[in-house]
Amino acid sequence: MKDNTPDKGMTGARILWECIEREGVKDIFGYPGGAILPAYDALKHSKIHHVLVRHEQGATHMADGYARASGQVGVAVATSGPGATNMVTGIATAMLDSSPIVCITGQVGSKLIGSDAFQETDITGVTLPITKHNYLVTHANEVARTVREAFYVARSGRPGPVLVDITKDAQQTTCDFDWDAAKPQLPGYRPDLSPAPEEYEQALELIHNSKRPVILAGHGIIISGAMREVRDFAERAGIPVALTLLGIGAFPAAHPLNLGMMGMHGEAWVNHTIQEADLLLAFGMRFDDRVTGNLKTYAPNAKKIHIEIDPAEINKNVKVDVPLVGDLAEVLHELLPRVETIDRSEWLDCIDKLKGDSAVRDIQNLPDSGHLYAAHVINDLWRETRDGDTIVVTDVGQHQMWEAQYYKHEKARSLITSGGLGTMGFALPAAIGAKVARPEAEVWVVVGDGGFQMTLCELATIVQEKLKVNIAIINNGFLGMVRQWQEFFYERNYAATPLLNPDFAKLGEAYGIRSMTVTERSQVVPSVRAAREHDGPVLINFRVEQEDTVYPMVAAGAALHEMIRRPSKIVETAADE
Amino acid sequence: MLNTYVVHVENKPGVLTRVASLFRRRAFNIDSLTVGRTEKPEVSRMTITVDADRDQARRIEANLYKLVNVLLVENITNEPSIVRDLAMIKVAATHEARSHVLELASVFRARVVDVAPESLTIEITGTEDKIDGLLEVLRPYGVLEMVRTGIVAMRRGKTASAVNTAPDDQDIAGADVSYSV
Repeated sequence: MKDNTPDKGMTGARILWECIEREGVKDIFGYPGGAILPAYDALKHSKIHHVLVRHEQGATHMADGYARASGQVGVAVATSGPGATNMVTGIATAMLDSSPIVCITGQVGSKLIGSDAFQETDITGVTLPITKHNYLVTHANEVARTVREAFYVARSGRPGPVLVDITKDAQQTTCDFDWDAAKPQLPGYRPDLSPAPEEYEQALELIHNSKRPVILAGHGIIISGAMREVRDFAERAGIPVALTLLGIGAFPAAHPLNLGMMGMHGEAWVNHTIQEADLLLAFGMRFDDRVTGNLKTYAPNAKKIHIEIDPAEINKNVKVDVPLVGDLAEVLHELLPRVETIDRSEWLDCIDKLKGDSAVRDIQNLPDSGHLYAAHVINDLWRETRDGDTIVVTDVGQHQMWEAQYYKHEKARSLITSGGLGTMGFALPAAIGAKVARPEAEVWVVVGDGGFQMTLCELATIVQEKLKVNIAIINNGFLGMVRQWQEFFYERNYAATPLLNPDFAKLGEAYGIRSMTVTERSQVVPSVRAAREHDGPVLINFRVEQEDTVYPMVAAGAALHEMIRRPSKIVETAADE
Repeated sequence: MLNTYVVHVENKPGVLTRVASLFRRRAFNIDSLTVGRTEKPEVSRMTITVDADRDQARRIEANLYKLVNVLLVENITNEPSIVRDLAMIKVAATHEARSHVLELASVFRARVVDVAPESLTIEITGTEDKIDGLLEVLRPYGVLEMVRTGIVAMRRGKTASAVNTAPDDQDIAGADVSYSV
């Protein structure tokens, strides 16, 4: 326990770390520089472990990965000017995926603000639309309250990034420190909302009158920690569950009521199920355009119940019949005892029939014919690592969709990926954050050759921190997803998508990371096993089929049931072999 | 339709930017925005008019509440309320026109606040319609310059805006406000 008597004469910098420590933070991710130097100097008084990154964007993704793996607030630190602006992509990523991070930036001295001083940027102005809230601190005596407010805002309600910009003089000057007196003062901030009683009644009536209901399970389930409640609800009400990309892990893949992923690259039967449903129960999801397709034709016959903590999401994209604004776990606690068990076997049989031809078209069921397909690599990786406490961290693009389709996640926080912003370069640093947060977990980075090169400098961070992180590069020599769009919508004009890559195995070795290259399916499992057995980080360069395609696909703006399917010709050819 | 919001915010630097930025970012078009002090030194008050349909109007309210510094949002569009705009109008007024302009001003209960050899400056307070009306009749004389504050508004009768800014009463603050949208 901390001694709670006020401390006389502490610098703003010491107060900063003292408060962050009291918020329960053990590890932070950062990069020093002039305006944040007083804070770095004061780190020597703190028990906080600092992870030195190679680029500030990496620090924000690490804080994000740390938050998503643990549910705790992640902290990233940078200096003023370029250090702060390098964080912008990571902050926006955390904003769109509701990830609680606190970014601490140094700022030029308060007397120099507005003078275009060296490394001065108005970072609170820059990040205003991409943070949940932000602060400029110009006095040491504001540090404690601001840090406490920042953590509170970041993790409460719908979580999100909060930036605290602290001037150099606020770090250097001293004041008395009194934790108890520095309580958050946020009179306008009310994160704890709950639905009205009549709204529960309306929801129950819709549920009980429904013949063909589907639960749409989103990231909010994981954030709320409502996995148990969702499972109980689905089982009790007999309602199948479709997942968003960020909802993967919120409901066990092996559960009989699990349908799989919905949306642009969702399973065909999942999208058909949604289109044919008479009731959608949206649990902590926000009807993103990637899951709805064309809104005009989305689930035309379905009533909608939206359980969501953020009132601004209600009726934003899809008009709903009953909104239940509040914390998902609490709302389900209310609903659960009042839900009747109804036999829905007719509906479930109907969904089973929809699955029919999808299984035939599934690349997972096709022979490799001597090719190395990414889907096979990911499926083999799943078979090898499924039993452990494994976290897969993916980047953005084709490999991300294949991972979502072919790696079966049974537990929450076992998949970490950039959904809303679709940030390439996210995976490697986010995996570092995940590993720091959960050192006992086995962490795999699944990343494309394009995204990997955006933040590969963080390989050095892995080595310096002696982190056991395994990296699977799905290397097809293309910006694969963009190439796929060019194939479908731009007459195969592969403008600026072929990549001339370095030898990733040699690159890994140069960083001191054990590395290998795999070109055949027979080598996949042995390489994964070798990586797991090695006690340091391992990089595997999987050189996969160059022009492979993610199926099915709902083209942007198309109706959800109008999917581009894997051509049956290929299916037949493969079946003949 | 035009919606009128009264938004109570913490009197802190940068809050106006946050509110204005929200409207820009979510592509809602502000028709008018005024901001000023209130009976409480720690609270500022904005009157914002926005063109929005019913769903948009609710989302604007919900989005305003997402700003940490926003204390209370009242959509008073359909509430009995007092709405006032203030304008200063400089009219060309030569010797012969002067008495006509003065007459018009008095009909509209406007005040003359400056007299110069070639012009009169008239101050008028009222609804936007009333000011538009005066402008219309002054235009033939030559409006040299005009400035309007944008509207400020207040509910009639009962005060719905019991804004609580005491830090220890966070649970109670705005308990009567419905978040269901």
